[in-house]
Amino acid sequence: MIRVQQEDFDVAAEIARLKAGRSDIGAIVTFTGTVRDQAGAITKMTLEHYPGMTERELTRLEAEANARWPLQASLIVHRTGTLRPGDNIVLVVTASEHRDAAFDAARFLMDYLKTSAPLWKRETGPHGSHWVEAEPDDESARASWQQKRAAE
Amino acid sequence: MRLLYFAWVKEKTGIAAEDVELPPGVATVGEVIGWLKTRGPEFAHAFERAEVIRAAIDQNHVRHDARIGAAREIAFFPPVTGG
Repeated sequence: MIRVQQEDFDVAAEIARLKAGRSDIGAIVTFTGTVRDQAGAITKMTLEHYPGMTERELTRLEAEANARWPLQASLIVHRTGTLRPGDNIVLVVTASEHRDAAFDAARFLMDYLKTSAPLWKRETGPHGSHWVEAEPDDESARASWQQKRAAE
Repeated sequence: MRLLYFAWVKEKTGIAAEDVELPPGVATVGEVIGWLKTRGPEFAHAFERAEVIRAAIDQNHVRHDARIGAAREIAFFPPVTGG
C-alpha cells in the first residue's frame, strides 16, 4: 500500500496495522526518513510534489519490489507540505518470511523512491531558503540495483 | 495540451500550469523545451540549462527525445529530491 499525506505517521501503529490478523510474517523492516536541522542551518523544510504522478510512481515501485522479492506486505508513506527538524518525512515498511528479502526490498524502495518519485524539497534557514540539489550518490545507489538485476 | 511546472522550474516560469497549442513541427519533449525557451525571458531562464530539466508525459518519466504523440499532459521539473 502507498500513501501521500500531509499528516504525520506513527511507525508502531503502521506495523500493527500491517500485522493485524496474520501469523505468517517472520521479518519486518522499517525505514523512517526525518528532517535534519544540519547544525541550525535548517528551520523548515517544504515538500512539493506532483499530485497523481507521485502516487503512480510509488505504486509502480512497490509492485516492482514485490515482483523482485517474496514480500508478504509492504507500505510506503510519504509526507508533503511544511515540516520542521525532527519531523518524519518518509516511511517504508517491508515484511517477509525471512529477513533478507525485507532488508533488501526496503533499501531498494528507498533508493528508487529518491530518484523517481516526483517530490522536491525546499529548505529554509536563518539565511533564506533554497531548493535542495539532487545527490549524485542517489543515482549511483539506484544504478547499483540495476546492475544487480542484470547480474541475476 | 496541458503543461505543468514544478519546484524551481515553476518559480522561474512564474506559473504552475497552462494550456497551450504547440506550434506545428514540435514533436518531441526536447522540441517543446526549445519552443518554450522562445516564449519570453522567464521561460528562457527556466529552461536555460535544458539538460538538467526532467520531463514526464501523462505522469510517466520520459527522456527529451520522447515523442509527444497524443499526450494530454507534459510536466517539467528539476531532478527529484524526495525521500
